[in-house]
Amino acid sequence: MTVISSTKSPEALSLTIVAEFDAGVERVWQIWEDPRQLERWWGPPTWPATFEEFDFQPGGRASYYMTGPDGTTARGWWRFTAIAAPERLELDDGFADDNGAPVEDMGTARMAATLEDIGGRTRMTIASTFESPEQMEKMIQMGMEEGMGLAMGQIDAILAGQPAT
Amino acid sequence: MVVDELREAELDRVFQAFADSTRRDIVRRVTGDGLNVSALARHYAMSFAAVQKHVAVLERASLVTKERRGREQLVRANRDGLERARQLLDEYEAIWRQRAGRIADILAEGTAQGRETP
Repeated sequence: MTVISSTKSPEALSLTIVAEFDAGVERVWQIWEDPRQLERWWGPPTWPATFEEFDFQPGGRASYYMTGPDGTTARGWWRFTAIAAPERLELDDGFADDNGAPVEDMGTARMAATLEDIGGRTRMTIASTFESPEQMEKMIQMGMEEGMGLAMGQIDAILAGQPAT
Repeated sequence: MVVDELREAELDRVFQAFADSTRRDIVRRVTGDGLNVSALARHYAMSFAAVQKHVAVLERASLVTKERRGREQLVRANRDGLERARQLLDEYEAIWRQRAGRIADILAEGTAQGRETP
């Protein structure tokens, strides 16, 4: 079972999701630090992500775009706010315009990923906090629109898991 | 899974209401038994009228209800309204469930790293 729990706080606009993986912490860390691996999972198959810039250090920036089935692109940026390999990564996540510049009035979401060793396996906790409900909605819309037409086979295993609490 | 109807005017009101930290704090305080507006106003460094305005925004967004109790008005969190915000978070959760599935697939490749599974 991949995702084991989620905790939502509509009042605080936050979501914490916990997933476990059959791999060591160092290996799971690679899926964050290596942009080539990151782009294989950040965007859905129908909207693959391409990271053009990836300055993986505290204060460093990453910029990416996702390409939809009709060729349209959606751009985003990250700013790494804390990196403590291989246990903790914090970043701000926002939207960017066609030139890759942050769209300020869209706000940012904060995300913290924590990796823990659980007997050779890895527990990953993702805590996301949105700045405002508008911003939360936009970020979710962007993610969900991209998720349309997702190859269902890919998520069957997850959907077959236990329901969210 | 798509946001569709949720996105419309009603949801806009929810987002506007929640865009303010005072209003989010009000919702937290009135969950459960509820509070009257004057008791609520004591928590904030702003006028009673300003607090009332915040409550009115929350009420229009169906995030709280107001009920007259004698001379006072009891403000209570509206579970249905909060449920809508929760639905959005459910969708965000779905995105992360999909990502976790893809991460698991990548990790399952093991030594065959970088090779696409057929």
